[in-house]
Amino acid sequence: MTWWAVFTLAAGTYVLKAAGPLALGSRTVPPPLQRALNLVSVTLLAALVAISTFGDGRSLVLDARAAGLGVALAAVWLRAPFAVVVIAATATAAGLRALGVG
Amino acid sequence: MTTTPASPWRAALIFAVSTGVIGLSFGVLARTSGLSLVMTCAMSLVIFAGGSQFLAVATIASGGTPLAAVLGGIVLNARHLPYGLAVAPLLRGPLWKRAFSSQIVLDESTALALSQPTPALGRLAFYACGCLLFAFWNLGTLIGALAGGAIADPSALGLDAAFPASMVALLAPLLRRRDMRTAALAGGVLALAATPFMAPGIPILLAAAGALAARFVREDPA
Repeated sequence: MTWWAVFTLAAGTYVLKAAGPLALGSRTVPPPLQRALNLVSVTLLAALVAISTFGDGRSLVLDARAAGLGVALAAVWLRAPFAVVVIAATATAAGLRALGVG
Repeated sequence: MTTTPASPWRAALIFAVSTGVIGLSFGVLARTSGLSLVMTCAMSLVIFAGGSQFLAVATIASGGTPLAAVLGGIVLNARHLPYGLAVAPLLRGPLWKRAFSSQIVLDESTALALSQPTPALGRLAFYACGCLLFAFWNLGTLIGALAGGAIADPSALGLDAAFPASMVALLAPLLRRRDMRTAALAGGVLALAATPFMAPGIPILLAAAGALAARFVREDPA
Protein backbone atom coordinates (compact mmCIF):
# COMPACT_ATOMS: atom_id res chain seq x y z
CA MET A 1 0.00 0.00 0.00
CA THR A 2 1.30 3.46 -0.82
CA TRP A 3 0.26 6.86 0.50
CA TRP A 4 -1.01 8.09 -2.86
CA ALA A 5 -3.24 5.00 -3.08
CA VAL A 6 -4.66 5.67 0.38
CA PHE A 7 -5.46 9.28 -0.44
CA THR A 8 -6.74 8.59 -3.97
CA LEU A 9 -9.12 5.93 -2.66
CA ALA A 10 -10.17 8.29 0.17
CA ALA A 11 -10.79 11.17 -2.26
CA GLY A 12 -12.73 8.97 -4.69
CA THR A 13 -14.85 7.53 -1.89
CA TYR A 14 -15.50 10.99 -0.43
CA VAL A 15 -16.63 12.36 -3.81
CA LEU A 16 -19.13 9.47 -4.10
CA LYS A 17 -20.41 9.98 -0.55
CA ALA A 18 -20.57 13.78 -0.82
CA ALA A 19 -22.38 14.11 -4.15
CA GLY A 20 -25.72 14.09 -2.32
CA PRO A 21 -25.14 16.09 0.88
CA LEU A 22 -22.67 18.62 -0.59
CA ALA A 23 -23.59 19.11 -4.24
CA LEU A 24 -27.33 18.74 -3.84
CA GLY A 25 -27.26 20.99 -0.78
CA SER A 26 -30.61 22.47 0.11
CA ARG A 27 -32.07 21.99 -3.36
CA THR A 28 -34.88 19.46 -3.43
CA VAL A 29 -35.26 16.82 -6.07
CA PRO A 30 -38.75 16.09 -7.42
CA PRO A 31 -40.60 13.56 -5.20
CA PRO A 32 -40.71 10.81 -7.87
CA LEU A 33 -36.92 11.06 -8.26
CA GLN A 34 -36.47 11.00 -4.47
CA ARG A 35 -38.63 7.86 -4.29
CA ALA A 36 -36.54 6.28 -7.04
CA LEU A 37 -33.32 7.10 -5.13
CA ASN A 38 -34.69 5.51 -1.97
CA LEU A 39 -35.74 2.48 -3.98
CA VAL A 40 -32.27 2.14 -5.54
CA SER A 41 -30.62 2.45 -2.10
CA VAL A 42 -32.83 -0.27 -0.63
CA THR A 43 -32.13 -2.47 -3.68
CA LEU A 44 -28.36 -2.00 -3.24
CA LEU A 45 -28.62 -2.82 0.47
CA ALA A 46 -30.60 -5.97 -0.33
CA ALA A 47 -27.91 -6.99 -2.84
CA LEU A 48 -25.29 -6.38 -0.16
CA VAL A 49 -27.24 -8.65 2.23
CA ALA A 50 -27.34 -11.41 -0.42
CA ILE A 51 -23.61 -11.16 -1.16
CA SER A 52 -22.52 -10.87 2.46
CA THR A 53 -24.58 -13.98 3.25
CA PHE A 54 -23.79 -16.26 0.29
CA GLY A 55 -20.70 -14.75 -1.32
CA ASP A 56 -17.12 -15.95 -0.88
CA GLY A 57 -14.95 -14.19 -3.41
CA ARG A 58 -16.36 -15.28 -6.75
CA SER A 59 -18.16 -18.36 -5.46
CA LEU A 60 -21.49 -18.80 -3.74
CA VAL A 61 -21.51 -20.86 -0.54
CA LEU A 62 -24.04 -22.06 1.98
CA ASP A 63 -22.48 -21.78 5.44
CA ALA A 64 -23.14 -20.58 8.99
CA ARG A 65 -24.00 -17.10 7.69
CA ALA A 66 -27.00 -18.48 5.81
CA ALA A 67 -28.21 -20.21 8.99
CA GLY A 68 -27.78 -16.90 10.80
CA LEU A 69 -29.84 -15.09 8.17
CA GLY A 70 -32.56 -17.77 8.40
CA VAL A 71 -32.77 -17.27 12.16
CA ALA A 72 -32.83 -13.48 11.64
CA LEU A 73 -35.72 -13.76 9.18
CA ALA A 74 -37.66 -15.96 11.61
CA ALA A 75 -37.01 -13.49 14.44
CA VAL A 76 -38.16 -10.56 12.27
CA TRP A 77 -41.27 -12.53 11.38
CA LEU A 78 -41.97 -13.04 15.11
CA ARG A 79 -41.56 -9.27 15.59
CA ALA A 80 -38.53 -9.68 17.81
CA PRO A 81 -36.73 -6.43 18.74
CA PHE A 82 -33.71 -5.39 16.65
CA ALA A 83 -31.18 -6.46 19.29
CA VAL A 84 -32.73 -9.93 19.57
CA VAL A 85 -32.65 -10.42 15.79
CA VAL A 86 -28.96 -9.52 15.58
CA ILE A 87 -27.87 -11.47 18.66
CA ALA A 88 -29.83 -14.58 17.63
CA ALA A 89 -28.25 -14.56 14.17
CA THR A 90 -24.76 -13.95 15.53
CA ALA A 91 -25.09 -16.66 18.18
CA THR A 92 -26.38 -19.15 15.59
CA ALA A 93 -23.40 -18.57 13.29
CA ALA A 94 -20.90 -18.63 16.18
CA GLY A 95 -22.49 -21.79 17.62
CA LEU A 96 -22.42 -23.63 14.32
CA ARG A 97 -18.77 -22.69 13.77
CA ALA A 98 -17.89 -23.82 17.33
CA LEU A 99 -19.42 -27.19 16.40
CA GLY A 100 -17.30 -27.25 13.27
CA VAL A 101 -20.17 -26.62 10.84
CA GLY A 102 -19.99 -23.88 8.16
CA MET B 1 -43.38 -8.76 9.08
CA THR B 2 -42.41 -6.44 11.86
CA THR B 3 -44.04 -3.03 12.04
CA THR B 4 -41.87 -1.20 14.57
CA PRO B 5 -38.75 0.50 13.23
CA ALA B 6 -35.60 -0.03 15.29
CA SER B 7 -34.89 2.57 17.97
CA PRO B 8 -32.17 4.75 16.43
CA TRP B 9 -29.75 4.81 19.38
CA ARG B 10 -30.03 1.16 20.30
CA ALA B 11 -29.66 -0.01 16.70
CA ALA B 12 -26.73 2.37 16.16
CA LEU B 13 -24.97 1.00 19.24
CA ILE B 14 -25.41 -2.60 18.10
CA PHE B 15 -23.96 -1.71 14.69
CA ALA B 16 -21.13 0.15 16.40
CA VAL B 17 -20.10 -2.76 18.61
CA SER B 18 -19.87 -5.26 15.75
CA THR B 19 -18.19 -2.62 13.56
CA GLY B 20 -15.61 -2.09 16.34
CA VAL B 21 -14.68 -5.79 16.31
CA ILE B 22 -14.45 -5.82 12.51
CA GLY B 23 -12.27 -2.69 12.80
CA LEU B 24 -10.03 -4.67 15.15
CA SER B 25 -9.61 -7.38 12.54
CA PHE B 26 -8.87 -4.74 9.88
CA GLY B 27 -6.13 -3.30 12.10
CA VAL B 28 -4.61 -6.75 12.58
CA LEU B 29 -4.84 -7.66 8.88
CA ALA B 30 -3.34 -4.37 7.70
CA ARG B 31 -0.37 -4.65 10.09
CA THR B 32 0.29 -8.31 9.22
CA SER B 33 0.12 -7.32 5.52
CA GLY B 34 3.00 -4.92 6.12
CA LEU B 35 1.27 -1.54 6.51
CA SER B 36 2.68 0.88 9.07
CA LEU B 37 0.66 1.78 12.16
CA VAL B 38 0.12 5.33 10.87
CA MET B 39 -1.03 4.19 7.43
CA THR B 40 -3.40 1.59 8.89
CA CYS B 41 -5.11 4.18 11.09
CA ALA B 42 -5.09 6.79 8.30
CA MET B 43 -6.99 4.39 6.03
CA SER B 44 -9.80 4.00 8.57
CA LEU B 45 -9.93 7.76 9.20
CA VAL B 46 -9.90 9.08 5.65
CA ILE B 47 -11.45 6.24 3.61
CA PHE B 48 -13.92 5.05 6.27
CA ALA B 49 -15.57 2.37 4.12
CA GLY B 50 -14.69 -1.02 5.59
CA GLY B 51 -15.27 -3.27 2.60
CA SER B 52 -13.02 -1.22 0.33
CA GLN B 53 -10.28 -1.06 2.98
CA PHE B 54 -10.21 -4.86 3.29
CA LEU B 55 -10.29 -5.19 -0.50
CA ALA B 56 -7.42 -2.70 -0.98
CA VAL B 57 -5.18 -4.38 1.62
CA ALA B 58 -5.97 -7.86 0.25
CA THR B 59 -5.25 -6.68 -3.31
CA ILE B 60 -1.79 -5.42 -2.34
CA ALA B 61 -1.08 -8.45 -0.15
CA SER B 62 -1.84 -10.81 -3.05
CA GLY B 63 0.59 -8.97 -5.34
CA GLY B 64 -1.81 -6.50 -6.99
CA THR B 65 -0.78 -2.95 -7.86
CA PRO B 66 -1.84 0.11 -5.82
CA LEU B 67 -3.81 1.26 -8.88
CA ALA B 68 -5.81 -1.99 -8.84
CA ALA B 69 -6.44 -1.50 -5.12
CA VAL B 70 -7.74 2.03 -5.71
CA LEU B 71 -9.94 1.11 -8.69
CA GLY B 72 -11.41 -1.94 -6.93
CA GLY B 73 -12.15 0.12 -3.84
CA ILE B 74 -13.85 2.89 -5.84
CA VAL B 75 -16.05 0.39 -7.71
CA LEU B 76 -17.02 -1.19 -4.37
CA ASN B 77 -17.83 2.25 -2.93
CA ALA B 78 -19.86 3.49 -5.90
CA ARG B 79 -23.04 2.46 -4.06
CA HIS B 80 -22.47 5.39 -1.71
CA LEU B 81 -23.48 7.79 -4.50
CA PRO B 82 -27.19 6.84 -4.45
CA TYR B 83 -27.02 6.52 -0.63
CA GLY B 84 -25.83 10.13 -0.33
CA LEU B 85 -28.48 11.36 -2.75
CA ALA B 86 -31.20 9.43 -0.87
CA VAL B 87 -30.30 10.80 2.58
CA ALA B 88 -29.39 14.34 1.40
CA PRO B 89 -32.84 15.79 2.29
CA LEU B 90 -32.22 14.78 5.94
CA LEU B 91 -28.83 16.51 6.06
CA ARG B 92 -29.57 20.15 5.30
CA GLY B 93 -27.42 22.69 7.12
CA PRO B 94 -24.28 24.77 6.80
CA LEU B 95 -21.55 23.67 4.40
CA TRP B 96 -19.12 22.47 7.10
CA LYS B 97 -21.80 20.27 8.58
CA ARG B 98 -22.72 18.74 5.23
CA ALA B 99 -19.01 18.19 4.52
CA PHE B 100 -18.77 16.18 7.75
CA SER B 101 -22.09 14.38 7.14
CA SER B 102 -20.73 13.16 3.80
CA GLN B 103 -17.92 11.24 5.49
CA ILE B 104 -20.44 9.24 7.55
CA VAL B 105 -22.65 8.18 4.60
CA LEU B 106 -22.48 4.40 5.10
CA ASP B 107 -24.52 1.26 4.44
CA GLU B 108 -25.60 1.27 8.09
CA SER B 109 -26.35 4.98 8.52
CA THR B 110 -28.32 5.03 5.24
CA ALA B 111 -30.35 1.92 6.10
CA LEU B 112 -31.12 3.13 9.62
CA ALA B 113 -32.08 6.63 8.41
CA LEU B 114 -34.33 5.36 5.61
CA SER B 115 -36.06 2.89 7.97
CA GLN B 116 -37.29 5.64 10.33
CA PRO B 117 -40.92 6.79 10.13
CA THR B 118 -40.25 10.57 10.20
CA PRO B 119 -37.52 12.84 8.74
CA ALA B 120 -36.59 14.05 12.27
CA LEU B 121 -36.01 10.47 13.46
CA GLY B 122 -34.22 9.69 10.20
CA ARG B 123 -31.82 12.59 10.80
CA LEU B 124 -31.19 11.48 14.39
CA ALA B 125 -30.66 7.89 13.24
CA PHE B 126 -28.20 8.99 10.55
CA TYR B 127 -26.02 11.02 12.91
CA ALA B 128 -26.22 8.56 15.83
CA CYS B 129 -25.20 5.69 13.57
CA GLY B 130 -22.60 7.58 11.53
CA CYS B 131 -20.84 9.14 14.53
CA LEU B 132 -20.83 5.98 16.67
CA LEU B 133 -19.55 3.88 13.76
CA PHE B 134 -16.82 6.43 13.01
CA ALA B 135 -15.66 6.29 16.64
CA PHE B 136 -15.82 2.48 16.99
CA TRP B 137 -14.31 1.72 13.56
CA ASN B 138 -11.30 3.93 14.19
CA LEU B 139 -10.86 2.84 17.80
CA GLY B 140 -11.11 -0.82 16.71
CA THR B 141 -8.54 -0.25 13.95
CA LEU B 142 -6.12 1.43 16.37
CA ILE B 143 -6.39 -1.32 18.99
CA GLY B 144 -6.06 -4.07 16.35
CA ALA B 145 -3.06 -2.34 14.77
CA LEU B 146 -1.35 -1.91 18.13
CA ALA B 147 -2.14 -5.35 19.50
CA GLY B 148 -1.38 -7.30 16.33
CA GLY B 149 -1.71 -11.08 16.30
CA ALA B 150 -4.99 -12.93 16.05
CA ILE B 151 -6.77 -11.27 18.96
CA ALA B 152 -10.18 -11.34 17.34
CA ASP B 153 -11.66 -13.49 14.63
CA PRO B 154 -14.96 -11.87 13.59
CA SER B 155 -16.24 -15.02 11.89
CA ALA B 156 -15.63 -17.25 14.94
CA LEU B 157 -17.78 -14.77 16.88
CA GLY B 158 -20.46 -15.01 14.19
CA LEU B 159 -20.08 -11.32 13.39
CA ASP B 160 -20.12 -11.91 9.65
CA ALA B 161 -23.75 -13.00 10.19
CA ALA B 162 -24.51 -9.84 12.20
CA PHE B 163 -24.34 -7.51 9.19
CA PRO B 164 -26.94 -9.25 6.98
CA ALA B 165 -29.16 -9.89 10.04
CA SER B 166 -29.12 -6.21 11.08
CA MET B 167 -29.85 -5.09 7.53
CA VAL B 168 -32.78 -7.49 7.19
CA ALA B 169 -34.22 -6.23 10.49
CA LEU B 170 -33.92 -2.61 9.31
CA LEU B 171 -35.26 -3.22 5.83
CA ALA B 172 -38.23 -5.34 6.98
CA PRO B 173 -40.61 -2.41 7.62
CA LEU B 174 -39.72 -0.93 4.21
CA LEU B 175 -40.28 -4.26 2.50
CA ARG B 176 -43.95 -4.24 3.41
CA ARG B 177 -44.32 -2.00 0.36
CA ARG B 178 -44.70 -4.17 -2.69
CA ASP B 179 -42.48 -2.06 -4.97
CA MET B 180 -39.64 -2.08 -2.40
CA ARG B 181 -39.99 -5.83 -1.86
CA THR B 182 -39.93 -6.59 -5.59
CA ALA B 183 -36.90 -4.36 -6.16
CA ALA B 184 -35.00 -5.81 -3.18
CA LEU B 185 -35.65 -9.41 -4.26
CA ALA B 186 -34.65 -8.65 -7.85
CA GLY B 187 -31.49 -6.89 -6.62
CA GLY B 188 -30.50 -9.81 -4.40
CA VAL B 189 -31.02 -12.36 -7.17
CA LEU B 190 -29.11 -10.25 -9.72
CA ALA B 191 -26.17 -9.78 -7.34
CA LEU B 192 -25.91 -13.51 -6.63
CA ALA B 193 -26.29 -14.44 -10.31
CA ALA B 194 -23.46 -12.06 -11.27
CA THR B 195 -21.07 -13.00 -8.43
CA PRO B 196 -19.31 -15.96 -10.13
CA PHE B 197 -18.56 -13.93 -13.25
CA MET B 198 -17.37 -10.55 -12.01
CA ALA B 199 -14.83 -8.83 -9.80
CA PRO B 200 -15.99 -7.99 -6.25
CA GLY B 201 -18.17 -4.88 -6.12
CA ILE B 202 -19.51 -5.05 -9.66
CA PRO B 203 -22.38 -7.50 -8.89
CA ILE B 204 -23.73 -5.06 -6.29
CA LEU B 205 -23.73 -2.21 -8.81
CA LEU B 206 -25.47 -4.38 -11.42
CA ALA B 207 -28.08 -5.20 -8.80
CA ALA B 208 -29.23 -1.58 -8.85
CA ALA B 209 -31.04 -2.55 -12.07
CA GLY B 210 -33.29 -4.62 -9.81
CA ALA B 211 -35.00 -1.35 -8.87
CA LEU B 212 -36.49 -1.36 -12.38
CA ALA B 213 -38.50 -4.44 -11.42
CA ALA B 214 -40.58 -2.19 -9.14
CA ARG B 215 -42.01 -0.54 -12.26
CA PHE B 216 -43.99 -3.69 -12.93
CA VAL B 217 -45.90 -3.62 -9.64
CA ARG B 218 -48.19 -1.04 -8.07
CA GLU B 219 -46.64 1.21 -5.44
CA ASP B 220 -49.19 0.78 -2.68
CA PRO B 221 -48.56 -1.59 0.25
CA ALA B 222 -49.39 -5.19 -0.49
